[in-house]
Amino acid sequence: MRRADLVTFAARAIIAHPTRSALTSLGVVIGVAAVVMMTSIGLGAQQRVTSAIGGLGSNLLIVSPGASRGPGGGFVSQGAGSGMSLNDDDAEAIGKLDGVAASAPSVRGGAQLASEGANWSTRVEGVTPDYLLARDLTIASGRMFDENEARQGRKVIVIGQTIVTELFGEGSDPIGKRIRVGAVPFEVIGVLESKGQSGFGQDQDDIVLGPLPAVRSRIVGRRVRGDNVQTIYVKAANADDIDRVQEDLSNLLRERHRIRPGQDDDFSVQNMASIMEAMQASVKTFTGLLAAVAAVSLVVGGVGIMNIMLVAVTERTREIGLRMALGARRNDVLFQFALEAITLSVIGGAIGLLLGLGGGVLMAKLGDWPVAIAAWSIPVSLGFSLLVGLVFGAYPSWRAARLDPIEALRRE
Amino acid sequence: MIEVRDLEKIYQMGEETVAALAGVSLTIERGEHVAITGASGSGKSTLMNLLGGLDRPTRGTYRFDGEDVGAFNDDDLADFRNRRIGFVFQSFQLLPRLSALQNVELPMVYAGLPPVERRARAAALLERVGLGARTGHRPTQMSGGQQQRVAIARALANSPDLLLADEPTGALDSQTGQDVLALFRELNAEGLTLLIVTHDAKVADQARRSIVFSDGLIIRDEREPDREAR
Repeated sequence: MRRADLVTFAARAIIAHPTRSALTSLGVVIGVAAVVMMTSIGLGAQQRVTSAIGGLGSNLLIVSPGASRGPGGGFVSQGAGSGMSLNDDDAEAIGKLDGVAASAPSVRGGAQLASEGANWSTRVEGVTPDYLLARDLTIASGRMFDENEARQGRKVIVIGQTIVTELFGEGSDPIGKRIRVGAVPFEVIGVLESKGQSGFGQDQDDIVLGPLPAVRSRIVGRRVRGDNVQTIYVKAANADDIDRVQEDLSNLLRERHRIRPGQDDDFSVQNMASIMEAMQASVKTFTGLLAAVAAVSLVVGGVGIMNIMLVAVTERTREIGLRMALGARRNDVLFQFALEAITLSVIGGAIGLLLGLGGGVLMAKLGDWPVAIAAWSIPVSLGFSLLVGLVFGAYPSWRAARLDPIEALRRE
Repeated sequence: MIEVRDLEKIYQMGEETVAALAGVSLTIERGEHVAITGASGSGKSTLMNLLGGLDRPTRGTYRFDGEDVGAFNDDDLADFRNRRIGFVFQSFQLLPRLSALQNVELPMVYAGLPPVERRARAAALLERVGLGARTGHRPTQMSGGQQQRVAIARALANSPDLLLADEPTGALDSQTGQDVLALFRELNAEGLTLLIVTHDAKVADQARRSIVFSDGLIIRDEREPDREAR
């Protein structure tokens, strides 16, 4: 028989029971929708991780005082008690290492900002001009303070867009205006380019940068003594070099701090690239897990198809017998039922795909959840629904094809 | 055309073996009009199933136009049923969701005929059985007599060599039954070989040859060439 007629037979059987066909497909609809949504959410999370860590600055090493906790260079304790083992000279020495593009020491402390009646509570960072390079920040208007201003302890600051909006109103020009930081008046000399929200949900424009000495002595106060710093941001000149720079930097600091072989470091270095890798790996695992759970519902959908196809074979036993009497080969019957199962499954898969994509977009819009639709999820989900129809349609179709025509014709 | 030698069909019913056919030999020539009668369980339906290629004998040979049907595989048998045999059943066996035309088309679909061709032929066949105006009707919208005519048109779809009818009037009242039998006679007069299984003596009387079965054996085989003249 002709293939087109086989398709007609399958389509007729599906249209003959619209409600039943819809309910049969529903399992696959839900399964595919779940898989598509889960993979979209997973991919979105991966992209968020990338942008979150990338947003801190590229090729970045973060040096903090105190030993790292546990093996593998994980997150570090940075609170009081972890010691104040880093200082300005360490930062300067690191800056002279080969392959280092910028070495920026930094201190920070919470402070109340006030100007012309408005006020805003935030953290103020004391940095050197190299900080912009290390953190991939750029000046939108005005300028950054220079080395001399920093050294002289001039009371000037560069602020982010959020600070501009909160203290002076959106769109206004704050250059030359004064802001009281705690009790100390500072002059605004520059505004940073907006970076928006970070991948971690932090507002990256809620930022105030002042010269390191001034901020250290006037704002951070007693928590940081002398020429100590809390963090040194080190930018490697290129990505391939970052591991070597990290090693050189560690050796340099061990030497400077007179740490003997076998003794623990009194500082720790976070390599943002390796942290990103680790986080992405864990997000991937998590996504895989979600997709696997979703795939189970796809299999359950397949079982639903098998169930209904078995019912259909029983119901249509006489029809099958008749078709055989009229000259249908066993394979004609087999393919008719297999095609019916596959069609139900693939239609379900297509609807599920649309629902999954729609659901993903909706979640991104309403839930502020990072969602990225993977292009490969379209052929893969359709392919899988086809496979489900094939696998779970096989047994009922085989049963239909094996019927004895005489017995089948006698059935009521 | 049909040559059957020592045909046996034995069923295993638990411990017992039942011989539905206990060694039947029979020859049917092209153009014959044969009625097979006998009590239920006498083996007449079993013979029909074997002749129609729906079943295989336990022993014996079945030749159709010289071909050994016993040696056919499943696909050969399907094609044999499709092209050489037309079935008419007591309960019509029409597919309720298809129109009369689509029902008649069905054997031609399995023969692989293109749609235009088979539609034209199906319409012509329905015209031939007197249902030219009802091609679009569903079986449920038709009387029993009309349904059986559709079934006959379907049986003729691939111009079979042999038409097998199992109690074709069993579900019809006597008038429509007579109409169907008249149609059979016409078809036979046009050269179609007919084999009708029935337990109705009146139906058997219309045939030109009468075979009577009992306990899986032929007990009487009469040709009555004068019957048509009566």
